[in-house]
Amino acid sequence: MDPLLLLVQALNGLQLGVMLFLLAAGLTLVFGIMNLVNLAHGSLYMIGAYFMAAFQGWTGSFLLALLLAVPATLVVGVLVEVIVLRRLYERDHLDQVLGTFGLILFFNELVRVIWGPAALFVSMPAALSGTVTLLPGAPYPVYRLLIIGVGLMVAAFLSWLVTRTRTGMLIRAGASNPTMVGALGVDIRLLFTLVFGLGAALAGLAGAMAAPLLSVESAMGDGVLILTFVVIVIGGIGSIRGAFAAAVIVGIVDTVGRAFLPILLREIFNRQVANAAGPALASMLIYLLMAAILAFRPRGLFGARG
Amino acid sequence: MIGRILALGLSAALLAGPALAQDKVKVGFIATFSGPGGVLGKHLHDGFMLGIDHSGGKLGGLTPEVIQEDDRLAPDVGLQVAKKLIERDRVDVMAGVIFSNVMMAIYKPVIDAGIPFISSNAGPSPIAGAQCSPMFFSTSWQNDGAHEAMGKYAQDKGHKKVYLMAPNYQAGKDALAGFKRFYKGEIADEIYTTVNQLDYSAEITQLRAAKPDAVYVFYPGGMGINFVKQYSQAGLTNQLPLLSAFTIDSTTLPAQGDAAIGTLTTAFWAIDLKNPVNEKFVADYQKKYNEIPSTYSAQAYDTALMLNAAIKDAGGKVSDKNALAASLKKASFDSVRGGKLKLGNNNIPIQNFYLLETVKGADGNLVSSVRSTVLTDHQDAYAKNCPMK
Repeated sequence: MDPLLLLVQALNGLQLGVMLFLLAAGLTLVFGIMNLVNLAHGSLYMIGAYFMAAFQGWTGSFLLALLLAVPATLVVGVLVEVIVLRRLYERDHLDQVLGTFGLILFFNELVRVIWGPAALFVSMPAALSGTVTLLPGAPYPVYRLLIIGVGLMVAAFLSWLVTRTRTGMLIRAGASNPTMVGALGVDIRLLFTLVFGLGAALAGLAGAMAAPLLSVESAMGDGVLILTFVVIVIGGIGSIRGAFAAAVIVGIVDTVGRAFLPILLREIFNRQVANAAGPALASMLIYLLMAAILAFRPRGLFGARG
Repeated sequence: MIGRILALGLSAALLAGPALAQDKVKVGFIATFSGPGGVLGKHLHDGFMLGIDHSGGKLGGLTPEVIQEDDRLAPDVGLQVAKKLIERDRVDVMAGVIFSNVMMAIYKPVIDAGIPFISSNAGPSPIAGAQCSPMFFSTSWQNDGAHEAMGKYAQDKGHKKVYLMAPNYQAGKDALAGFKRFYKGEIADEIYTTVNQLDYSAEITQLRAAKPDAVYVFYPGGMGINFVKQYSQAGLTNQLPLLSAFTIDSTTLPAQGDAAIGTLTTAFWAIDLKNPVNEKFVADYQKKYNEIPSTYSAQAYDTALMLNAAIKDAGGKVSDKNALAASLKKASFDSVRGGKLKLGNNNIPIQNFYLLETVKGADGNLVSSVRSTVLTDHQDAYAKNCPMK
C-alpha cells in the first residue's frame, strides 16, 4: 500500500472528523447537560448551510456570509429552545424524540417553502478553491485544509471554555449533576439556553463551512445526524474531549475503511464478491466500532456520567 | 354495508356530475414533489402543463383535469396514491413517475385496472422486456440508454482505461452494466458508494491514484452535486475527463456552478437541439416558469403532446380504454426530439442519444450543449424479450 496515499486518506479522515466534531460538540453538551435527545440538531446544520447560501447571495462575500450565518443559526437555535424544547425537558426521551423529529419535518419543509425545492449553490473564494501540493504527487484542496484549521481552532476554544472559565465549570457541573447545580442557585434555565445556543452556533458553523462542498438542499442534515450520534455515543455523552477524540476516530475509520477495505477484500475474495461486500462492510465499519467500544466501555471513551 | 357502498357510489356520481359527459379527460399525474427529489417532480409537471398549453389548453379537444399526486419517493406511498387515482378519482389515463422503484410498485395495479399509462421518466428493464404491456407507453427512455451511449462514446473516443463509480443500489449497478455493454476497454476500477453519500474525498483520492484516462459516474440528484463539486475542488475537472449520465442537468447545474464546466454527459435531448418544436418549447418554458427546462420537462412535454394526438385520434372517446391505448400506440406528433416520436415494439421510444458538454451560455447560465450524435435510432436491449409486436 502506498504510504503517500494512506497519508492523504488520513487527512481526508481528519477533515471529516473535525466537521463531525463541530456537530457532535453541541449535541453532546445538550444531551449531557440538558438530558435532551435533540434529533433536530441536523436541522440546525441544514439551516446554517441555507443561511450561508442566502447571505452569500445577498452580500456576495464568502467571509461576510459566514460571519452572518453563524449568529443567525444561533438565533434560530435559541428560538427553538425557548419556544419548543423547554417544554420537553421534563418529559421522557421518547417524547423528546417525537417532538424533535417533528422539528426535522417542519424545518425540511420550511426551507423548501422559503428557498424552493432546488438545491442551492454556495461558491468559495477563488483563493481557497485550488489545491496545494503537500508532498510531491499529493495535491490537496485548500478549502479542506481550512476546514481542518477552523475545526482545530474551535476545539481549542471549547477546551479553554470548558476547562478554564466559570461558564465552563458550570457546564461541567451541569453535565455531572444538573439538579445539584440548580439547587446551588445557578439559573439553570439560562445555562440551558446558553448551551443550546452554543450548540446551534457550532452546528450552523459546520453547515456553513460544508455548504461549498455539498449540495445545499432540504434534509441534508438527516444523514449527518446519525454519524454525529455515533460520535457522541463513542466519545461519551456530555464530554467535549470525548466528542473530539471520537469524531477524529470515526472520521478516519470511515474514510480509510471506504478507501481500502474493498481493495483488501479483493486480495481475499474474487472481484465480484469484493465489489458487493466491500461498500456494505465499509459503511458498517463505524457501527461495528461503536458496538465494540460500547462492549468494553459502556459509557463511551470519556463518559461524564453514568 | 351495502347501504354504505350505495351511498358512496351515489355521492361519487353526484360529485362527478356533468363530467360524465365526454368533454373532460381526467389525468392522474404521479411524481415526486417533496423531499430532495421534489425539484424533479416540479420540472416534470411544469413540462406537462406547458404541453397542454401548447395543445390549446385542451387534450384532443377535451378539457383536461390534471390530478397531481406526490409519491414522496416511496413505493408504498406511490401505490396508495395510484389506487386513489384509479378508484376514487376514476382517472382516464395515468402519467408521470420519476423513480423506477415507484414505477415497479404501481405498474401492475394500473395496467390491471385497464388504464392507459404513460411514463414520463422511469423506464425499468422488466417493463421494457418480458412484462411489457399494450397499456403502457413511454415518452422518455429505457433506463440504460444514456449509459450505453456514454459507453459507446468512451469506446469511440479511444479511452483505454476508465474508472467507474455509482451508488450501491440497483440503478447504480444497471448504469455501469449499461456503460460496459458498449465500452470494451479496460476498467481501472468499479466503485460502488453508499446511497446518498455526502463526502467523496476518499474515493476521489483513490481514483486519482489509479491514473485512469477518464472517469464515468452515475450520481443522480444531490449526490451528483456533491461529487461534481468535490471532483472540481480536487483540481481534476481539467485533468481527467468526467463522463456522466443523469448527474449533470439543468436541475443540478445551478447548484454545481462552474465546477461542471467541461464535463460530458449523454442524453436523448438537449436545450439546443435544433428543431422547431424544441425551440418553441425551450423559449416558452423559460418565459412561463423563468427556469431552464430539463430532460424531465422535455419528456413530460411530449407526454402531453402524445395524449393530445391520441385523444384526437380516438375522437375524444376516453371511456374506451383499449381504443385509447390503440390510439396512443399510433399517436403521431412532432416531438421535442425533432420529427415524429417513434415507439418500439415495447412502446418505448427508439431514438438518438447525444453527447452534451456543459458550457456557459451567452446569458451566463450553465447549459448542456449538443456536441455530437452518439447513438442513432437506438433501441433498448430488452425490447427483444417483449412478446408484443
